[in-house]
Amino acid sequence: MSIRCEKLTHIYQQGTAMQSYALRDISFEIEDGEFIGLIGHTGSGKSTLIQHLNGLMRPSSGTVYFNGEDIFAEGYDLRALRGRVGLVFQYPEYQLFEADVLSDVKYGPKNMGLTDAEAEERAKEALKLSGLSEEFYERSPFELSGGQKRRAAIAGVLAMRPQVLILDEPTAGLDPKGRDEILETVSELHKKQHTTILLVSHSMEDIAQYADRLLVLNEGNLCYFDRPKRVFQYYRELERMGLSAPQITYLMHELKDEGADVDTSIGTVAEAKDAILALYEKKQAGRKKQVN
Amino acid sequence: MIRDITIGQYYPVDSPIHRLDPRVKLAGTMVFLISLFAASGIVAYAIATVVLFALIRLSRVPFKFITKGLKTILILLIISVSFNLFLTDGTPIVTFGFLKITWEGLSLAFFMAVRLVYLVIASSLMTLTTTPNQLTDGLEKGLGFLKRFSIPVHEISMMMSIALRFIPILIEETDKIMKAQTARGADFESGNIIERAKAMVPILVPLFISAFRRASDLAMAMEARCYHGGEGRTKMKPLHYEKRDKLAYWLMLIYFLLMLATRFLPF
Repeated sequence: MSIRCEKLTHIYQQGTAMQSYALRDISFEIEDGEFIGLIGHTGSGKSTLIQHLNGLMRPSSGTVYFNGEDIFAEGYDLRALRGRVGLVFQYPEYQLFEADVLSDVKYGPKNMGLTDAEAEERAKEALKLSGLSEEFYERSPFELSGGQKRRAAIAGVLAMRPQVLILDEPTAGLDPKGRDEILETVSELHKKQHTTILLVSHSMEDIAQYADRLLVLNEGNLCYFDRPKRVFQYYRELERMGLSAPQITYLMHELKDEGADVDTSIGTVAEAKDAILALYEKKQAGRKKQVN
Repeated sequence: MIRDITIGQYYPVDSPIHRLDPRVKLAGTMVFLISLFAASGIVAYAIATVVLFALIRLSRVPFKFITKGLKTILILLIISVSFNLFLTDGTPIVTFGFLKITWEGLSLAFFMAVRLVYLVIASSLMTLTTTPNQLTDGLEKGLGFLKRFSIPVHEISMMMSIALRFIPILIEETDKIMKAQTARGADFESGNIIERAKAMVPILVPLFISAFRRASDLAMAMEARCYHGGEGRTKMKPLHYEKRDKLAYWLMLIYFLLMLATRFLPF
């Protein structure tokens, strides 16, 4: 069970004056159950890439394999694929259209050919997973708050029970509380349902906290595909691409420059706290020794 | 797909046509359209064809791009051609029951099709070589004399420019919503006409909501920048005619007279 891209290339408006490469020879493989972070500056090709993974866009050359099968081969059932590789677009609340939340969430499973009862069961399960309480089920999606709308929209994709969930900046435009809640939901899906996650984000802090591996795109090229700690070592290269490392990593670098013996690959505040406390205790111990 | 609609899409290259004053292009398009209906006979259409193709070459817009707009009128074309073809009285060629094809019908249908196709090509050429902003600037200035009859020219042209500006935005939005619903397993291509119409609901509802939201945001943003209509408003790039624009007007006049002259030809 995996997604494998092979030499994926996408050219926009091929053969016109506005021709441009959106993706160039992208090859990588995502294992089952991984949590992948996808980062890149605006216009680096992130959205184009993820739309290839469930067959919404066709590559100019190269292809994508899902569980070893070429998804762009003739006769491949793309609709079934879209149920297995769920894609949540940016600002997904703009796709809501039904009169009540529950019917809207049922839209996906119904398109997959399930009966009304089955669809309802899945919709309720998805709404529970996405953390929307039962009082909202019968309400119009347009009466909900921004964060609740987004949960409803994410539930609309979860209701298809995807094995792979791709989220394009699911936290954009939400307040800090809404952001944390959405990320927690995603993280729980990953841990409990073992859903493979591909998260597009601009927040290096979030990526460092959740992702097992990081995909870094720059102007349509795949630059790095490695564990976050390894990738953030290249923070100077990342800066040249208009990206950065988590702020805490910069702090660790400054501490190192001041002569402290710390690990500069640290990417989360929790790790940094431990490292700094350890450093402090070592110093205290050293001081005691001097006094004695 | 939906991106094939070329009306209101600017093709950014530099060419003599692109550089013309928008008023010239507007007038030129009008003259061409009128000439198509005013003239008749094979010679007139030959002249129109030569002129149109020369203009396309001069504009450096790829031919493929221009004909893209034709797809949208295909159905209209088929209907009008078949009406003319089957329902015109005259010397019959073939007859099927009450339907008959006549020589007169054949030529009428042919010229009708040519007219429609040229009409679309000529207006596509104008929008492909003129940015929407230039276009409305041209309209506002070109029709400025109507202000004397208390017609709000500025407001109308502002509304037009906003409408034109919103076409690509709404197309993009439609594309986005379609993709989002496709990702949820929607199918817009199969099924009979009723099923397909039903499949449009998940696109239309979000599209309308977003159009209203955008309109209200824009109104707010304009008000926040103290927009109060056309009174006393100045332009950053006021339009003025160059030598080439005058030349274009002369060529236009010659072309039009030539087209009118074809009416007096014996064939």
